[in-house]
Amino acid sequence: MKIDRALRQRLFAAVVLPLVSVVCGFIVAGVAVVVTGSDPIEAFTALFQGAFTNPRAFPETLVAMVPYVFLGLAVALGFRAGLFNIGAEGQFYLGAIFGVLAAASLHGLPGIVHVPLALASGMLGGFIWAAVPGLLKARFGAHEVITTIMLNYVAFQLTDFLINKGPMSDPHSSAPRTAFIDPAAQLPILLGGSRLHLGLIVAVLAVPIVWFLIQRTTIGFRIRTVGFSPGAARAAGISVGWTLVLAMGISGALAGIAGADEILGVSHYMPASFSVGYGFDSIAVALLARSNPWAILPSAFLFGAMRNGAAFMQLQTQVSSDLISIVQAIVIMFVAAPAMVRWILRLREVPVGGLQITQRETAGVSSET
Amino acid sequence: MTDFLSHLDIAGFIIATLVASTPLVLAAMGGVMSERSGVVNIALEGIMLTSAFAGYAAAVATHNLWLGVLVSIIAGMLIAALHAVLSIQFLVDQIVSGTVINILAIGITGSFYRTYIQNSELAGTGVLPALHLNFLPNAPFIGVITLAALALIPIVHFLLFRTVFGLRTRACGEHPLAAETAGINVYFVRYSNVILSGALAGLGGAYFTLQQIGNFLPNMTGGRGFIALAAMIFGGWTPVGAFLASLLFAGADALSGRLQIGGVQIPYQIVGMLPYVLTIVVVAGAVGRAVAPAADGKPYKKS
Amino acid sequence: MDLTVEWGQVHALLGENGAGKSTLMNVVYGLVRADSGEIHFDGRAVHIGSPQDAIKLGIGMVHQHFMLIPPLTVAENVILGNEIATGPGVVDQRRAISKVAELSRKYGLEVDPAQRVEDLSVGIQQRVEILKALYRGARLLILDEPTAVLTPQEVRGLFEVVRALVRDGAAVIFITHKLAEVIEVADQITVMRRGKVVATTSPKESNQAELARLMVGRSVLLRVEKGEAKPGQVLLEIRDLSVQDDRHQVAVDGVSLEVRAGEILGIAGVEGNGQNELVEAIVGLRMPRAGAILLGGRDITHASTHSTLEAGLGFIPADRHRMGIVLELPVSDNLVLSRFDLPPFARWIVRYFDAVREYAVKLIKAFDIRTQGPDQLAGSLSGGNQQKLVVAREIGTQPKVLLASQPTRGVDVGSIEFIHRRLVEERDHGMGVLLVSSELDEVLSLADRVAVVYRGRVVAIFEQKEADRDRIGLLMAGAA
Repeated sequence: MKIDRALRQRLFAAVVLPLVSVVCGFIVAGVAVVVTGSDPIEAFTALFQGAFTNPRAFPETLVAMVPYVFLGLAVALGFRAGLFNIGAEGQFYLGAIFGVLAAASLHGLPGIVHVPLALASGMLGGFIWAAVPGLLKARFGAHEVITTIMLNYVAFQLTDFLINKGPMSDPHSSAPRTAFIDPAAQLPILLGGSRLHLGLIVAVLAVPIVWFLIQRTTIGFRIRTVGFSPGAARAAGISVGWTLVLAMGISGALAGIAGADEILGVSHYMPASFSVGYGFDSIAVALLARSNPWAILPSAFLFGAMRNGAAFMQLQTQVSSDLISIVQAIVIMFVAAPAMVRWILRLREVPVGGLQITQRETAGVSSET
Repeated sequence: MTDFLSHLDIAGFIIATLVASTPLVLAAMGGVMSERSGVVNIALEGIMLTSAFAGYAAAVATHNLWLGVLVSIIAGMLIAALHAVLSIQFLVDQIVSGTVINILAIGITGSFYRTYIQNSELAGTGVLPALHLNFLPNAPFIGVITLAALALIPIVHFLLFRTVFGLRTRACGEHPLAAETAGINVYFVRYSNVILSGALAGLGGAYFTLQQIGNFLPNMTGGRGFIALAAMIFGGWTPVGAFLASLLFAGADALSGRLQIGGVQIPYQIVGMLPYVLTIVVVAGAVGRAVAPAADGKPYKKS
Repeated sequence: MDLTVEWGQVHALLGENGAGKSTLMNVVYGLVRADSGEIHFDGRAVHIGSPQDAIKLGIGMVHQHFMLIPPLTVAENVILGNEIATGPGVVDQRRAISKVAELSRKYGLEVDPAQRVEDLSVGIQQRVEILKALYRGARLLILDEPTAVLTPQEVRGLFEVVRALVRDGAAVIFITHKLAEVIEVADQITVMRRGKVVATTSPKESNQAELARLMVGRSVLLRVEKGEAKPGQVLLEIRDLSVQDDRHQVAVDGVSLEVRAGEILGIAGVEGNGQNELVEAIVGLRMPRAGAILLGGRDITHASTHSTLEAGLGFIPADRHRMGIVLELPVSDNLVLSRFDLPPFARWIVRYFDAVREYAVKLIKAFDIRTQGPDQLAGSLSGGNQQKLVVAREIGTQPKVLLASQPTRGVDVGSIEFIHRRLVEERDHGMGVLLVSSELDEVLSLADRVAVVYRGRVVAIFEQKEADRDRIGLLMAGAA
């Protein structure tokens, strides 16, 4: 009976909750489509075609999935330390800047050296950009939500400054972009005739590595302990400040590798207008996966498909690809409010562990004058 | 440098700062009310964006700017009510709930913008009337929402520190269980304050479309809601403090505009970073001096 | 369960921690809903769905953890929810202050209505709580563990107020687990165990030993058994230590203390007189402003917590849930919380779970932690077992000196006995123990020497045999 209940609870958290959340997301988005005067069936059909059934659609969905895997892991790792890293977008930019620096300025290296070097460079960029808010939180108690968002804006300005007629712009091009990277630094294509590149393998490999880091290492233990209870961590001699800096840094490094990977695998140069919100979407990717590294894979796949399909949908119908943000918002909302899903499905509340009061005394007090 | 100084018109700079502070001080006061009752409101950005759009759409539809302002305020209250339901009723983490609203705001305004504004040939609505200061050089003017914001500062201060409602609000933000045991309905107080913060931020949203440019652009709030949160913290969770802090950020904004006009040789992107970097510095420096309401961000659950 | 309280009487509700006393009273006050059963007040069946309902009936409650809002003034706290207002909802500060002053004079509860609550001592804060209830017209006053934070003299003052109220015809429900107080103040006694009433009696018909047996369900030793201490060399030396609190006020003011091998040094004092800051400074959680701390001759004044624990300190924090354990982690991880990165529990950065589990099983057995196994989440253990977990972890590392801060707070009698016994055993094996407790009786029965603190200073140190309860009570209250 007890196991049964635990199983039911896990099933709810791992399957029912995400599914209901995604379905509700599409229902609400469908309503928005109707309100803007379009046909939701038509829009979602276009979305599906654009994501899966059109020629070359599926590999493109996988291409879009790659940064979501890294970024989802980045945000999830932050959550484990009790940190809300909304700055993945900025760290993604810095990863791309550092990645393109290493990939375009070095020449004559073999690919087996150049690619890892450029990826590592991207990780360094993301690490630095994220460690700053980590330090500010550890040292001054500045809330990371505000500092990471502000650093996003700074990253956008910095990118524009460097690349739009700035020190990193390609002098031979009129477009605001960097020079092309060294051919040796390009990630090899996995599937002929598509843009699907080796980055997918790297991303899939990152999942067990991050899982191992969180669950099986002392670093992960520090991060989780600080996330659960900073007070107990401190009293046990764990340096909460350094753990926060480290967790932010690792989170940023994961976002950074996503940026470098985009350069090495897809665009092969960095345009001034680089990302269109991959980093912001990744908050939803991580929340939908409930910060479980393994669950990041299906979650990232879903978001890759939506992003890829939305572009086609916008072309095909009058519906803006911004619609996907509505789906995301609703998904996060439901995942974060299990009580709401239970309420919709009319499920009885399953008590969690021993943290809830299950037994209450009855009382019969009477007083007489 | 002399070239720069010749362009520096002190009165104009002060007025520009005051005007630019409008959305910041309105949203920051919204943040003050919400957080004083114990609900962190990082949804201010999304509330302002949605209100900016809703007010603009209403003004376009009705050809009445005042109705547009009213719709902005109502839209702000509705979005804030969603934040209240999620964070107070369903105990969603308040930061997550705010993030939901910020993303939702981008989705909704983006979708509608593409359908109704981007491809249509709307001429814009024009802007609300303003107070013209013709006696000053360059004849600067102050829009009506700025004047309203200035008037609201003492009103919100009075509400928070002199009234029964304010006393109960502060009690709920410090120790909700204590408030409950004193017979106060914590949910009611928190709901009212969050919705009130939506009204204030909603008016702030109207500033962008109906006072500043008479048009709507995607993402036009550009992080002002978050800067307003920094102003609230720096201002010690008080309306007057939030106003002064807003002036600081708005000053950086106005200055960056003036530096460019003045022809100072700094890349505009570096100047553009100024308000954001300043926010980071202030948030890092202000914490420890100002103390947040003790129960700020903590959901309250009746047993 | 049934409970009947009569007007004009003090009704004691006796039971150990977790017996359900507070839950029951929270039901009466409308904070917790009952599953079944009914409440009669003045002979009528009533429904109490919220504190508002309770207040309307004339029920007032002083909670164990005060329900006061620290940054507000006394007057604001008293009138909150029932405000004195002029015009449309504007608080009338002046009338509020005079009303509260009048009330405080009437009941002899001296307090300055214009002061902020955060600047008041706990004893005065309690008066504010009682004023709050009286201001709302309470005729039935529920006091939940009201003496836990008071000096013996303050307790006497409280009892006088209680008797005066009862003389006026009010009723008082007095929740406690302290036997002597029950005998002293109660007219009627109801004893609760595991959510049930096990006896209703009166001080005349009963005595402390019998009440203890009823409360716990078996006969208990009311005293800690221990032999003579054989103190050895000085292990922990504190010299002229000064520490600030979070508000940058001086909390520890030039304290000098020595803890020797094989002795228990107890620190007696009302909570908030610098004990927490002292302990935190020793363990490296708070940087001292001045002075020195030496552990086994090694200077640890500015060492991090990591280093002080490594240097041979054990630390049982006062706040179990916030600092003692991680509720979301399994028992095994909690048992190695301060050593998870050392062999055999980890090599390089990889953790070895077999070693962790093996060690955990050993400690679970040695310290009689009732659990389903090392993988059970610590949050699902009972309070007593959680505390035994902390004690096991800290004694398990065999430290030179153990800092035990409120080591038995909020735990059942069985666990209290066990923890006390273990502390004495470790003392006999040569460990130095620094015991901080707001329960004066715990300090007096366990400690070989007692240091009394008041406002961050050590005002006196006694050998156990010279320690006089009344004398110490006066010193704790600042009467030199």
